[in-house]
Amino acid sequence: MSGGDAGQADNRPFAIRTYAPDRLREALKRMYLIRRFEEGAEDSYMRGLIHGTMHLSIGQEASAMATCMELTDDDKITSTHRGHGHCIAKGADVGRMFAEFYGRETGYCHGRGGSMHIADVRTGNLGANGIVGGGLPIAVGAALSAKRLGRAYVTICFFGDGANNEGAFHEALNMAAVWKLPVVFVCENNQYGMSTSIVRSTAVPRISDRAAAYAMPGVTVDGNDFSAVAEAVHAAVARARAGEGPSLVENLTYRWRGHSKSDRNRYRTKDEIDDWMRRDPIARFQAELIAHGILDAAAAEALAAEAAAEVEAGIAFAKSSPAPSVAEVTRYVYAEP
Amino acid sequence: MNSLADAGLRVLSYSEAIREAMALAMEADPTVILMGEDIGVYGGAFQVTLDLIDRFGPDRVMDTPISELGGAGVAVGAALTGLKPVYEFQFSDFAMLAMEQIVNQAAKLRYMLGGEASVPVVFRLPSGSGTGAAAQHSQSIEAWFGHVPGLKVLQPATPEDAKGMLLAALADPDPVMIFEHKLLYKTKGPVPEGHYVTPIGRASVRRPGSDLSIVAGSIMMHRALDAADRLAADGIRAEVIDLRSIRPIDHETILASVRKTGRLMVVYEGVKAFGVGAEISALVAESDAFDYLDAPILRLGAADAPVPYNPDLERASVPQVDTIEAAARRLVRREV
Repeated sequence: MSGGDAGQADNRPFAIRTYAPDRLREALKRMYLIRRFEEGAEDSYMRGLIHGTMHLSIGQEASAMATCMELTDDDKITSTHRGHGHCIAKGADVGRMFAEFYGRETGYCHGRGGSMHIADVRTGNLGANGIVGGGLPIAVGAALSAKRLGRAYVTICFFGDGANNEGAFHEALNMAAVWKLPVVFVCENNQYGMSTSIVRSTAVPRISDRAAAYAMPGVTVDGNDFSAVAEAVHAAVARARAGEGPSLVENLTYRWRGHSKSDRNRYRTKDEIDDWMRRDPIARFQAELIAHGILDAAAAEALAAEAAAEVEAGIAFAKSSPAPSVAEVTRYVYAEP
Repeated sequence: MNSLADAGLRVLSYSEAIREAMALAMEADPTVILMGEDIGVYGGAFQVTLDLIDRFGPDRVMDTPISELGGAGVAVGAALTGLKPVYEFQFSDFAMLAMEQIVNQAAKLRYMLGGEASVPVVFRLPSGSGTGAAAQHSQSIEAWFGHVPGLKVLQPATPEDAKGMLLAALADPDPVMIFEHKLLYKTKGPVPEGHYVTPIGRASVRRPGSDLSIVAGSIMMHRALDAADRLAADGIRAEVIDLRSIRPIDHETILASVRKTGRLMVVYEGVKAFGVGAEISALVAESDAFDYLDAPILRLGAADAPVPYNPDLERASVPQVDTIEAAARRLVRREV
């Protein structure tokens, strides 16, 4: 896989030298899929085709996709209210995701969950979560199962910067460390818990500093740099698979859109948003792939077009899918006999 | 109890019965694990797990940090991924620290995920007053969880049910909360050998009668039976129904009894307002059994106060045999 001469260091970015070209191209396509999905969801919402609220992850695609590079369908993730990207990165079908947003019976949760509870247990996605920090102890429980049942999977626990001040975060990290469980805590630090900045809410400058309190490695990386995220998660997953216990990876990133549909953006400046938009994780990853000859501009455009077509087809599938029967409002509360 | 032993029935205490259920389940199913604070070498605050750590080791009898939210959440995540954890809250009061994981996660995951997930976790909760432990270690909060779709909520009154309910809970694919009464741990009764289940959602008529129906669970069922003995001396025949399950609730057994007796009293240890009694009263009021009532429905619950420390105050704050007896007499005389 090394591109350099024997005996010479390979100075290419981690992802380029580690993953096969077809996997890198697939990753780029999935990042486009995430962005087009979010845009499609937003558009459907603005047109009044779907109701409720949603939390878009545009601008955070590298964090979701690079984190999932090391994972198979056996590996688990727990996700957050801003979880569409995680779900797609883990391998979900965007048609069934849109069907869920449209509240249809064909959706992943048969229309019972919607955006904030989207899950795909088959691909190891144990679910988004409407409660900040709700997934942290659950991820530790999934890791406990792996250890007790002798399974080789690792669990990735996505959480946001806001969750680092929840008690559940501290309890979960402590238990994961005490029991040396195969779990990786991946913080997507997008700088704001709704409107409250990390500076105003958190006593330590970096969330990865919290790791020291739980005797686990903690690292902060540029979350918009695909390769940097992939490298940090790679090391953490290797440590987990080797039975050495949990790690904390902090991806510094930014959401281009507001917190949810009610956000008027009164807590941040246009300059700040523009500055982060210039660090677009998809554009950066694509440029890197082109620079290292993984694909050319025309091929990248083709991948983006494929993603857009999948999203369009997904929305069409959702629109044509049946609604759940109103008579079945209590179905799935308990197991069916 | 000697008469039971003489009759060839095996007698165990309530806590021995619970321990036997856990041991049987762990022997039969390697995915069953126990979690909780000080359940290992300490044996549990009420000595229920006792020596199970010696038999099954620390990997299956796991001491957890004092982190009820995290501990309950780890149990939920483990249940979601193939284990069957039995998580012991040291006192039921401490479940309030874990409400998020119990109510937002465990209870709702199956539904939120459209039936694609199962959370077969069992929560054990030592509950109730009478130990002098005051306001934060004596509450009866089972009705809170009766309000939550997705949970099953049980309260065994006898050693036989304590074992059978735990085994039923472990066989159930959904989260089950078992409220064990602290004053019952040392009480004894016949317990069948081997594996059996007490069906979830079925009340039991412990004493048939024709003059009034007393619906009570857990320790209140025993107090109701004692009161019924006294009433019988005066020819008042009380029917005593052991509620056993708060969610789901056994409508049919309750309504059939009311149709027969025409009088209903509900006795429970939780605070009277918005409690189990309100639910049962309403289900009677909403049914045909309402037409059979010869007197207003009577609720006996805890005083509208935190559980007090002083022993006289503590006793006075929850229904006792005397108060149940007196209330039953008033009900029969229509003085309510």
